[in-house]
Amino acid sequence: MNFLERINITKEILIFTAILIVVPFVLQNEFHFQLAILAMLNAMICIGLNLLMGYAGQVSLGHGAFAGLGGYIGAILTTEYQFNPLLSILSAVIFMGIFAFIISKPILKLKGHYLAMATLGIGVIINIILNVEYEITGGTDGMAVDSFILFGFELFESMHWYIVVALLLVFTLWIFDNLIKSPFGRILRSIRDSEKAADCVGINVSFYKSVVFTISVVVATIAGSLYGFFSGFISPQEASFNHSIELVVMVVLGGLGRLYGAVIGATILTVLPQLLTAFEEYETLIFGLIIIAIMIFMPKGIVSLWDKILEFKERKFAKSA
Amino acid sequence: MAELFAFLLSGVTVGFIYALVGLGFTVIYNSSGIINFSQGEFVMAGGMSAVFLMYAGVPLGFAFILAIISVSVIGIILYKLLSISKDSSHISLIILTLGFAIFLRGLAQVIFDKQLHTMPSFVGDGSFEIFGAILSYQSLLVIVVSLIIVISLYLFFKRTKTGQAMVAASVNVDAARLMGINIKKILVLNFAISAVIASIGGILLTPITSTNYEVGIMLGLKGFSAAIIGGLGNPWGAVAGGLLLGILESLVAGYISSEYKDAVAFVVLLAILFFMPGGIFGNLKAQRV
Amino acid sequence: MLKVRSVTKKFGGLVAVDNLSFDVKKGSIHSIIGPNGAGKTTLVNMLTGVYKLDSGTVFLDGGDITNIPTNRLVHRGICRTFQNLQVCDNLTVLENVLLGFDKYMSKNLLKTFFRSQKILDDEERYFQRGMHLLSLIGLEEYAHKEAKNLSYGILKRLEIIRALATGPELILLDEPVAGLNTKETQEVSELIKLLVQDDVTVILIEHDMKMVMDISDTITVMNFGQKLAEGTPQEIANNKDVIQAYLGNEGHHG
Repeated sequence: MNFLERINITKEILIFTAILIVVPFVLQNEFHFQLAILAMLNAMICIGLNLLMGYAGQVSLGHGAFAGLGGYIGAILTTEYQFNPLLSILSAVIFMGIFAFIISKPILKLKGHYLAMATLGIGVIINIILNVEYEITGGTDGMAVDSFILFGFELFESMHWYIVVALLLVFTLWIFDNLIKSPFGRILRSIRDSEKAADCVGINVSFYKSVVFTISVVVATIAGSLYGFFSGFISPQEASFNHSIELVVMVVLGGLGRLYGAVIGATILTVLPQLLTAFEEYETLIFGLIIIAIMIFMPKGIVSLWDKILEFKERKFAKSA
Repeated sequence: MAELFAFLLSGVTVGFIYALVGLGFTVIYNSSGIINFSQGEFVMAGGMSAVFLMYAGVPLGFAFILAIISVSVIGIILYKLLSISKDSSHISLIILTLGFAIFLRGLAQVIFDKQLHTMPSFVGDGSFEIFGAILSYQSLLVIVVSLIIVISLYLFFKRTKTGQAMVAASVNVDAARLMGINIKKILVLNFAISAVIASIGGILLTPITSTNYEVGIMLGLKGFSAAIIGGLGNPWGAVAGGLLLGILESLVAGYISSEYKDAVAFVVLLAILFFMPGGIFGNLKAQRV
Repeated sequence: MLKVRSVTKKFGGLVAVDNLSFDVKKGSIHSIIGPNGAGKTTLVNMLTGVYKLDSGTVFLDGGDITNIPTNRLVHRGICRTFQNLQVCDNLTVLENVLLGFDKYMSKNLLKTFFRSQKILDDEERYFQRGMHLLSLIGLEEYAHKEAKNLSYGILKRLEIIRALATGPELILLDEPVAGLNTKETQEVSELIKLLVQDDVTVILIEHDMKMVMDISDTITVMNFGQKLAEGTPQEIANNKDVIQAYLGNEGHHG
């Protein structure tokens, strides 16, 4: 095993890092930067959600709400109570982690449609609370969030944000890749395939489901609170049913159970609506059509295209040899 | 007392609409095992088409029929899309119906608009007084028509040959196929019936609460909650669940907080999922081990 | 080693297992047979913590293991297989075996996230052991194939190997040869004998009488949830009650 293998620096992560380094040179204006940062934050949430959905096989239609609630906690602690932003994010992570672990027990006993509905229900309730408790959250209009000041240095320029978020994303990818390639990752996949099999070799299935749910909520919380600080504004829209659905679609579109699928799906579905604004009132309609088309023609996600190319090459190679 | 009665009446009215949405879910779920997340959009499409046909000068009764027919065509299109999908795992089918919902919302924006619309009551603006509470003619119409739909659906499944074939197909697809039942036709019919029920709900609701392109999201989710609360797959359960939600919502709005009204459905839903996963009336397919 | 004392399980009004007691000797192959609906699989589910007992106790080496959940029983040295195969389809054959070693491997989250040496050492060590187990049943060449691509017969043996990987003292096999052809049945029989050589005690639930008579040390016959007879294969073959129960049952079918 060479050194790169030992520390699990894969070809994929090197290529992806290279892309992240090149992108800022291509981006032309402030708006492009914002879009890129937003895509990376969504990608982070999706990596966590994919661990839950694609690897452990548990659906969540509430992750938008979890990310949003985490974002609000971070935003409120800094804006209203002058917490150091890092401390705010840490507090949000601890709170949401405990919250997720507690609710995970009863929720993850459910399966299929019932699980989908339970996570959806919790998400919608969170969203309603954020809308109604306007004295704390600013209600439907949302709230302004103080800027991210760390050690007297204000994170203000888009380029700086880009670097911070990109580093965080690469780091997230790396630790999740480590997890997936470990006994822990194998346990998650076994739970997806057969809970009975996992149970009969001594795996405490409900505990692992709770842990993976909590991990995914924590990652969503970090991304959600960074989003608040970055955009200087947070609204219940971030925690809406629609956002939860978008996140699930991103994961499935990229490819369930494929680490980089989540990144690709998040990037496409963040950028696509912006491109579609050119179609003005047709935007939603086209967006819906694209989702339908992908689910019909590419249900295994965009990454599966890559598999097909490889397969094709192999077959060609086999023929010629 | 009169106040309580008023809340109950308005709860029952809205409850019947939830019941219709839940019933629509159940019809599709029972025949295909698919949870149709665009059911709420069927409701929206029914109400919006009726409104705009009315604006265009189409006589009211004719507008309703046209609206119902167009929504049932939409239902059949959804079935076609689901049947050509290459993957039948439930997550991708759920997303397909979600995509279809977004598409319908987008379509409504393009064909109609983003404004709030309403219609005059179909039966005049009069009302009754029952125990001091006021029940408008339109509310009464909602209750009566919903009851007619529920009963005729029951008779259809119990008494007609087609209906019995549909029940047989939902219980055991292979056995039904062996008996010479055309499963495809049955599924198309189920999707169409479901869409018809939804669109009638949408039309009935419009004079009471108004409609716009987004109204389907919450209606769909609440109708789905109603179906699960009653026991997914159980049509009577969906009706009972819808009524229960409507009444509880109305009571919460009246006595506790109108802002948290929308949360009621989901709080009840979670309570049911955690403590009575088979729903109030139970179902055979509760997926809890 | 295993003492089962007056265990009872009711489903509604139906008594599936009724006041059943028996002992399993260490290192033996103990078969439990009986007509369909005699309560055999219910018994397995009771012994492995899937069903809660209505009454009775189960002792393993003198310790009370009544109603301990399946996943904790593994740590007490009991593992099982299923009548309807439970193999992870999308995991490779080797990964399915490694799952059996799971209880010995570190799953510490921090170590996992940062890929500590301990995690890698575990993988390496159990990779070797997994390959060794696969070689016992001649499956090394399939090690990296996804399980879903393999035949039912191979997967049945894979499930037993996975159970063996958990390092059990006692394995419960619920119909390991159901649906297999003669050759595959023979292979499973060989594998079961191998288990006993490894000092594993085996409880075998099976309908295949030839196999049961061939390899069992002791046989317990169940009928209507109760013990009908117990003894060596020879004794059971000559037991009138047993013959009566089987013939009576056949009579109903025919």
